[in-house]
Amino acid sequence: MSQSNRPQFRVVGHDVWRVDGRQLVTGAPAFTDDYPQRGMLIGKILGSPHAHARIKHIDTAKAEALEGVHAVLTYQDVPKARGPIGRRADLFNRTPYTRAGQDYPEPSPWDYFLLDDKVRFVGDRVAAVAADTEEIALEALERIKVAYEVLPAVFTPQEALASGAPVIHDEPDVVHVKDPKRNLCAGIDVHLRDVAAGFAQADLVVEHTYHVHRVQHAQMELHTAISYFDEHDRLVVICSTQVPFHVRRQLSMALGLPIGRIRVIKPRIGGGFGGKQEMVIEDICAALTVATHRPVRIELTRYEDLFAARCRHPMRITMKTGVKREGTLTANEMIALVDAGAYGSHSPTVPTNTGNKNLPRYRCPNVHYKFDAAYTNLSIAGAMRGYGTPQGAYAIECHMDEVAEALGMDPVEFRLKTTVREGDIDELSPHIYEVKTQAIQTGWPITTCGLPECLKQGAQAIGWNEKRQAYGRSNALKPVILKGVGMACLSQGSGVAAIDTANATVKLNEDGSVNLLIGAADIGTGGDTVIAQIVAETLGIAVSDVVLYTTDTDIVPFDSGAYASSTTYVSGNAALKAAEEVKDSILQIAASLMGEPQGQLRLLDRQVVAASGKKLPLREAAMHSIYVLKEQIEHTASFVSPVSPPPFAAQFADIEVDSETGQIRVVEFVTAVDAGTIVNPELAAGQVDGAVSMGLGYALIEEMVFDEKGRPMNKGLIDYKLFKAKGMPKLKTIFVETYEPTGPYGVKAIAEIPVNGPAPAVANAVKHALGVRIFDLPLTPERVLRALGKM
Amino acid sequence: LTMELQIKVNGEDQVFSISPNDRLSDALRRQGYLGVKTGCYTGDCGTCTVLLDGEPIVSCLMLAAQAQGASIATVEGMARGGRLHPLQEAFLDEGAVQCGFCIPGMLLSAQALLNRNPEPSEDEVREAFAGNLCRCTGYERPVRAVLKAAVRMRGAK
Repeated sequence: MSQSNRPQFRVVGHDVWRVDGRQLVTGAPAFTDDYPQRGMLIGKILGSPHAHARIKHIDTAKAEALEGVHAVLTYQDVPKARGPIGRRADLFNRTPYTRAGQDYPEPSPWDYFLLDDKVRFVGDRVAAVAADTEEIALEALERIKVAYEVLPAVFTPQEALASGAPVIHDEPDVVHVKDPKRNLCAGIDVHLRDVAAGFAQADLVVEHTYHVHRVQHAQMELHTAISYFDEHDRLVVICSTQVPFHVRRQLSMALGLPIGRIRVIKPRIGGGFGGKQEMVIEDICAALTVATHRPVRIELTRYEDLFAARCRHPMRITMKTGVKREGTLTANEMIALVDAGAYGSHSPTVPTNTGNKNLPRYRCPNVHYKFDAAYTNLSIAGAMRGYGTPQGAYAIECHMDEVAEALGMDPVEFRLKTTVREGDIDELSPHIYEVKTQAIQTGWPITTCGLPECLKQGAQAIGWNEKRQAYGRSNALKPVILKGVGMACLSQGSGVAAIDTANATVKLNEDGSVNLLIGAADIGTGGDTVIAQIVAETLGIAVSDVVLYTTDTDIVPFDSGAYASSTTYVSGNAALKAAEEVKDSILQIAASLMGEPQGQLRLLDRQVVAASGKKLPLREAAMHSIYVLKEQIEHTASFVSPVSPPPFAAQFADIEVDSETGQIRVVEFVTAVDAGTIVNPELAAGQVDGAVSMGLGYALIEEMVFDEKGRPMNKGLIDYKLFKAKGMPKLKTIFVETYEPTGPYGVKAIAEIPVNGPAPAVANAVKHALGVRIFDLPLTPERVLRALGKM
Repeated sequence: LTMELQIKVNGEDQVFSISPNDRLSDALRRQGYLGVKTGCYTGDCGTCTVLLDGEPIVSCLMLAAQAQGASIATVEGMARGGRLHPLQEAFLDEGAVQCGFCIPGMLLSAQALLNRNPEPSEDEVREAFAGNLCRCTGYERPVRAVLKAAVRMRGAK
């Protein structure tokens, strides 16, 4: 359906205040650390000083003797079930698990233990302490004496996969690691038809290798958890998580407690970006509560948050593309070597996106995608906004500019010629996808695609044609300030097809307001607000009539969690379904009260309105249901999607490069995005703004740096640089709305896609400015000066 | 908690029991001023920004004991009689709030700016946010919100 004949909405498509807005701007209690418990102890974690070592001996006696220390846990407290006898064998048993917050059974390897006698990166857990105060806890950490046998370490996938490399996961009890003896965590090799034949047909074959580095979520709220036993001796964990239900299940696995004895509460979340799609500290915090039977709080330090939590997977990606003179692709190959870090969280799935959220954007009959993800002795890579897509987008979008240049074509013109259209079939993705569905036979249809329009409108907004020519002329005169414009086009998904599950309960109150109970985890994106808008639209009420309760595993129905751009599409669909069932119940009652056929009734402005013009206040139907019929109208609906309709975008950067200092300044940045119907324009545009600033950080200034022993060099946000208000370019966002038939009110996803384009768009602009390609991120002044032959 | 701290918070005289090594941010949070967030404890993120005698400071880098006799403004003091401050309203109108963790600090930096400069340029607003990191918004909408609030506040005078 095109934009012109799409339905008109009352609430959807309009700006409303965030449902949690008043709470957040007034400083009311909102975040995990705002809910301290009486008698709460402070938990602290002792991190490994070595990148790879075995703990030969650990002595906790002096720490335990310190007044105010209530527990010191080490691997000795997590014995094998029938192995050496631990001191608290009654509490914990050694069990492999993953901390990646994914549906069960997780595709991520189970290669983690609550505490282990081996450490695999600097910052890996050695011991945990619970004490009366932070000062005592820190002193206790200093009193723990550890004797390490330092092992040789590997810091690149190439070193890790070399024969004779030290084996990082040599423990026998890891589960579904691809080849632990080779440090190979995961990998796939997928062919669509025959790339060799495709290269043979090509007039031109272009091949380059691109490298993307390690960056961090750096969300403002540190990883924080508070755990305690309630009055019924059930374990309660309040935590800053994107995946409350997965945390509950994984806690059960790690601690050996039944799921029914665990309650996970997600308050407001101070930013996640994928870093909290992971049980980073909840397991060890809860273990300290189990050991002490006291409330315990763990809040990571910013240093720990940077290096002992999660980061984006670094990759080395080789692109090889065969193309005909007139610009059609005959073969496209992407081969990625992936640095998983010390544990395999998300490493089988993040790199699948690198391929399947990028390669299908280009029409090509012969495609090859392969990745190998290797363990290294560095910080653990995991989920991060875009989930593998930005890495692939950097490689393929830089590469397509190289291909266009080799053909003598304009980059935008080349994209318009080669990218997918509405009605195309994505044949590749079902083969790469983590679940094999019948789509392997049929492919996934591209039901809506605003990409050509994004390319055209974005190019116009940045002044593409004029600047491309004018800058080319001015750069030829070798001025100090070189100028460039560059672009990239992108695609993503809307949730994980056939996996992401959402449920919603809608309950009608006597006054016509509803309670909406959803498991969806709003992590700051505004997910709760747009879902409330969807429910309000369906029931003909105002957003203020929708009372949300999210997410407490004791109260709300199951949801996979906030990831993969799933909230509006997947959880929104569940809420829509539940609201439609409630609507049906209301209309049934109203039909008999009004003496009108149900099919002639609709809900509008808190009333039931008949085609005849007769009206009944919604409140009267609701009162009648509860006090006369004695029936509670309440429906729970489940939703899982067989498809993941891709949003599309085109992003454009206008930049200046100082040829003397190598400094790059982004002057203006334009995003044109097709995310289906936009439910809340201000909130959606805010998603784009934030993603662009994170993407520009990836392109230019953010980098986790390690020394030769694998020790982190950045000490905090002072030298792990984020963009500040003054450094940001002028931002412009254009919505190219399509109407996705499977989405609630035509919705596709928005949260991740705009993070993919800034790095390749800026890199392509740098190429335009310098005339030289920089293949590796970040685009530092040093790399610019090298490219100019000045270093 | 061995010391007494006499301090004015949001216009009210208060006495806090503190430890000599308490950060001002710790002391305020313990007293229930939860709008004071803490994201680094090293003065880099600005989420703990409060106004000390009208000037924005990062309260994690100040010992509570140093605030003896000072007047502190936190985000809890911005809304009056159940009515949001124009800055708070503008932040919600403009979609400037995402996760919200940095927002109290940003609101206070903005308030300090508008107190001394009721008609700031966009550049001056961006300068006023120099100490406030935000990972969600790219600063675009918070900047617009401050400019909008400034117009509204001038109109109200």
